[in-house]
Amino acid sequence: MKPAFSVILLTTLIGLGQGLFLALFTAQSYALFDLLPKQDGRAFYAYGSLLALALLVAGLAASFFHLGRPERAWRSAAQWRTSWLSREVIVLPAFMAAVLLYGVFHWRGSPPVLTVLPGGITIDVTVVLGIIGTLLAFLLFVCTGMIYACMRFLAEWHSPLTVINYILLGGASGFTLAAGYASLAAPELTGFFGGWAVIITLLGLTGRAASLRRNARLVPKSSLQTAIGIKHPKIAQKSQGFMTGSFNTREFFHGRTRVFFFAIKWFFLLAAFVLPAGLLALALASAAAVPWLAAAFLVQYCGLLAERWFFFAQANHPQNLYYQAVS
Amino acid sequence: MTQLALVIDLNVCVGCQACVTSCKEWNTSGAAGTLSDQNPYDADPTGTFFNRVQTFEVGEYPNTETVHFPKSCLHCEDPPCVPVCPTGASYKRPEDGIVLVDYQKCIGCKYCSWACPYGARELDEKQRVMKKCTLCVDRIYDKALPERDRRPACVMACPTQARLFGDIHNPSSAVSVAIRESGGYQLMPEWGTQPANHYLPRRKTQLRIHDDELERADNPRKIDGKLPKPAKSEPSLDDVTSW
Repeated sequence: MKPAFSVILLTTLIGLGQGLFLALFTAQSYALFDLLPKQDGRAFYAYGSLLALALLVAGLAASFFHLGRPERAWRSAAQWRTSWLSREVIVLPAFMAAVLLYGVFHWRGSPPVLTVLPGGITIDVTVVLGIIGTLLAFLLFVCTGMIYACMRFLAEWHSPLTVINYILLGGASGFTLAAGYASLAAPELTGFFGGWAVIITLLGLTGRAASLRRNARLVPKSSLQTAIGIKHPKIAQKSQGFMTGSFNTREFFHGRTRVFFFAIKWFFLLAAFVLPAGLLALALASAAAVPWLAAAFLVQYCGLLAERWFFFAQANHPQNLYYQAVS
Repeated sequence: MTQLALVIDLNVCVGCQACVTSCKEWNTSGAAGTLSDQNPYDADPTGTFFNRVQTFEVGEYPNTETVHFPKSCLHCEDPPCVPVCPTGASYKRPEDGIVLVDYQKCIGCKYCSWACPYGARELDEKQRVMKKCTLCVDRIYDKALPERDRRPACVMACPTQARLFGDIHNPSSAVSVAIRESGGYQLMPEWGTQPANHYLPRRKTQLRIHDDELERADNPRKIDGKLPKPAKSEPSLDDVTSW
């Protein structure tokens, strides 16, 4: 498939926003049980939510560039019964609303207390919003992943690993960003976020390596024989019906050399997983964590852009069987 | 239930591209808007087409066969492009099984083109919506046309009648008979999309000639040519030489 830069930005940016929100609420949940020091709502959670919201808005804005008719985008919420894309279109704004409310209640301070649990744990409205936001964040990951995983013709995507990797890669980048954010806003949480970022990054490496391994062993279900229905072992295309390009030759080929393709693979394995894990470890060990964390975040985000490019480019659409030779 | 479809006879198609141009001519002239072209008279011309004819060489030289293969939307009975559409612009008509795109609702997200294993859908670069073969839905029901013209433009144009059009759910229709009796098949059956359009395979047309057909029974001297005139009383097996 041809990787569209708008979709690469959309999926990486909202994954980052979702991961950051999950990181923030994880810290709040730990603090609720006195496992982490409590943070000021306005100084830490409100600005953090704002950052997550800004990433989600940027992702949503990028998605419009993928549409031929962006002015009709509102129509895309209609078919939620059958289309994962439609479900994503509904869940994304719902999640953004949850993040916004979560941030607003933290900003206003002293959020209304809903109930007090037996152990003296106060459940206020931000906890409920955080739980709703967490559920929506995971639902959004599932929707985004299923947009690709439900495409049974694209065998490289048609696997639970696609959804798992969207969750892990979004989570990894979000926790890395949270570590960087905490190093500025709440230094005592840097170790917590950084530690989880390393763990999720390594889990992401495992998941992505598993999907690379799976994809390397795929046997295409369709062949030129089934495509045109002629059962002869030797069939060669002599004409695809036109000399220059068409939608079919533009949309379904990445248009790069094999060398570039494999270079991107090794680049993203290094930049999205190995280097950030190393940089995060360095940051946790060193006294001045901020530059290391900034480097880890930037390298990982570039790596994830490459990862998403490779994700699209690797998918081999069966329609390509019909476009093997110009004339 | 009706399922309109094309049945394309690969044994007859000569790859003349008449269906391609006829399709383009009809569908670029309709009320739904043009099938736009980019750089039509320049380097790298490209444009929207509903129908293409491709050519494949089957076998190894010198034992090869050239197969011309017309390719358009197959109007699947279980179309994978329809449920993925987020807006409902892509739909299958229950009354005749034609898969259509509502150009007023389509947002041009291209997701349906990813979901079609046949590559039947194209984004029109000018209108910015997805387009595909409509089975000339604006023609086949047009009461202003004479009955024999209420067929898709490609079918009308085919000089060898390689394209049949009809209801494949009606067991007595010409298309159903052709599918049943000439080994009609579907493309990529492994995906379970049940394409409505079928293709008829290449057939070997062989003439069996027996020796006695080459050699006349009443030609005892093995000379095929002017025969001695038999006497009127003599019996003959051959009508031509007897009188």
